[in-house]
Amino acid sequence: MNQLLDKTFWGLTIGLVALFALNFVLEEWMRSIGLQSLSRGCVAIGLLILWRTGLVSFGHALFFGFGAYTVAMLQIAGVNDIFVLLIGGTATAGLLAFFLGFLLRQYRAIFFALLNMAFSMILYGVLAKVEALGSTDGIGVSHVSFLGYVPADEDYRPTLYVFAICFAYIAAVLSHWYLKSTLGMMTMAVRENEIRVEYLGYSAERAIHAKYVISGVLAGVGGVIMAVTVGHVDPDSMVYWPVSGDFVFITILSGTGNVGATFIGALVYELLRTYAFEFAPEIWQLILGGSLLLIIMFLPDGLWSIRSEWRNRRRMAAAARGETQAAE
Amino acid sequence: MDFELLLVILVDGLVYSSYLFLVAVGLTVIFGVQKVLNVTHGSFYAFGAYFAAYLIGLWSRGGLPDWGGFLLILGSAIVLGIVLGVIIERGLLKYLYDRDEHIVVLATFAAFLVLEDVILLIWGTNPYLAFQPLALLGNSEIAGLVFDNYALTMIALTFIVAFILWYGLNRTQFGKVLLAVIFDREISMAMGINVTKVFLITFMIGTFLGALGGAYHAPIISVQPGIGVEVIVLAFAVVVIGGMGSIPGALIGSIIVGISRAAAVHMYPELELFVIYAIMAFVLVIRPEGLFAPIKARKI
Repeated sequence: MNQLLDKTFWGLTIGLVALFALNFVLEEWMRSIGLQSLSRGCVAIGLLILWRTGLVSFGHALFFGFGAYTVAMLQIAGVNDIFVLLIGGTATAGLLAFFLGFLLRQYRAIFFALLNMAFSMILYGVLAKVEALGSTDGIGVSHVSFLGYVPADEDYRPTLYVFAICFAYIAAVLSHWYLKSTLGMMTMAVRENEIRVEYLGYSAERAIHAKYVISGVLAGVGGVIMAVTVGHVDPDSMVYWPVSGDFVFITILSGTGNVGATFIGALVYELLRTYAFEFAPEIWQLILGGSLLLIIMFLPDGLWSIRSEWRNRRRMAAAARGETQAAE
Repeated sequence: MDFELLLVILVDGLVYSSYLFLVAVGLTVIFGVQKVLNVTHGSFYAFGAYFAAYLIGLWSRGGLPDWGGFLLILGSAIVLGIVLGVIIERGLLKYLYDRDEHIVVLATFAAFLVLEDVILLIWGTNPYLAFQPLALLGNSEIAGLVFDNYALTMIALTFIVAFILWYGLNRTQFGKVLLAVIFDREISMAMGINVTKVFLITFMIGTFLGALGGAYHAPIISVQPGIGVEVIVLAFAVVVIGGMGSIPGALIGSIIVGISRAAAVHMYPELELFVIYAIMAFVLVIRPEGLFAPIKARKI
């Protein structure tokens, strides 16, 4: 049990408490940034799991959009509770990932990335052209209830924020525990040498399939949170290929070192985007792209690597100090 | 289905195919040689379209003859091929050849975002129209439907480009060198081939082709923000269907995509985008290396 309650777990829990506390002081626009970071962070955890397996998907907007559109569809059907919407959104995204997984688990490298993209573009093509699904205008998502509790208008966003934090926290902790389990550790093994994994008696394809379903479910969670946060779903901002690109952006920004780092990466991305858009609307994409290039060039393991770098440096300094003392 | 509809689909489809080929062939050339899936290619297309539309606008406001537009299209593509090609290859890709292929794709995605805004900074958000070459050639009637002659010349241009590429690759010394580099980069280096130079030249050719696609397409479309985003993912589909790195593959891929899209547009307009990516997914499922991928020798 103690193994489960490690540093990362406590880090995430402290983050949870801190975010709860912040709810009392946050302005509405900050809360929006927070909600969107939580949503994108969830998707990025899924991509992190795939990335550790050596796979990159350029099409996870497929599951993200699937989760988001399920929310809109369920609302049209009359369902309005956040828990039902969440279960519905993640279940449909997970099921889709489960079925596509039989196919995708056979692919590696650029083919995996491109086949994912093809599927996400198929969904985009359908959503953008079919009138019944709102075509390019999308569908509105109205206020939801929380286990029957319907908050007053001024309490709605803070309540939503609390629930979103809980969902993201649960997703993060479960993913972290998964990555520490034997099956989770297989991610790196598959990445290093698939044939050896097979000889050890595990099926690399099944391991990849499991990770693919998990990443699909996580992207579904992100999609549900985003749909409820924005109050609107549409193909261009939820399923189009640059959306998938943004998720990969967040993954590389945070690095694959730690689940918690993903949320920091998502927050940094969101702030970068918001402030670039606010202060330099003509060049916000340039700023985003430029920062992505800088990360790729100079911080290939993401923001998380700053921490280990700093630690190494401190250790080296301590060692050097120790030597000089010994010499004296 | 009646004969007229079939003819319309065929002509429409071929025009669209030639447009796709002009864009996708540059992407496939770069992938074939450098193994880089270049998202920036979408910006090359957009740059080509903007630059050509801008120059044609200036040209005709100066009262110069309309046929000059064709020279401007070619000229702008050449200039962009050299300038953008050098900037992206020497300034970015050079540092990334040893990295994971995903990282390289992401880096070109980042460069794509940057270039999108550079385009907006240079040319603003208003759409550009460059209809002069289109108006110059007039139109003709096929099966009761009016087609622009300009669009039909695109089919001819496609065959010219395809032929030049085939000739250059199979019948010139540079082509042989290129094949050697594609086959084995290290051995070619050991044999005294300047791989750095080959990479740069290929990338410039690829960039030129992307820009040419945009520039030649500029008179038909309204040149506005977002055209690059749309094109690059279509070009991906074409290249994947035909086989990444294969020039005949790009030709077949664009014909398949072009005709099926035209068929969808004329019969089931709701399926327009669906059909393209469904074919892409289908090909990836049955033949992941693409219909016409070059056979790879296995190296140990």
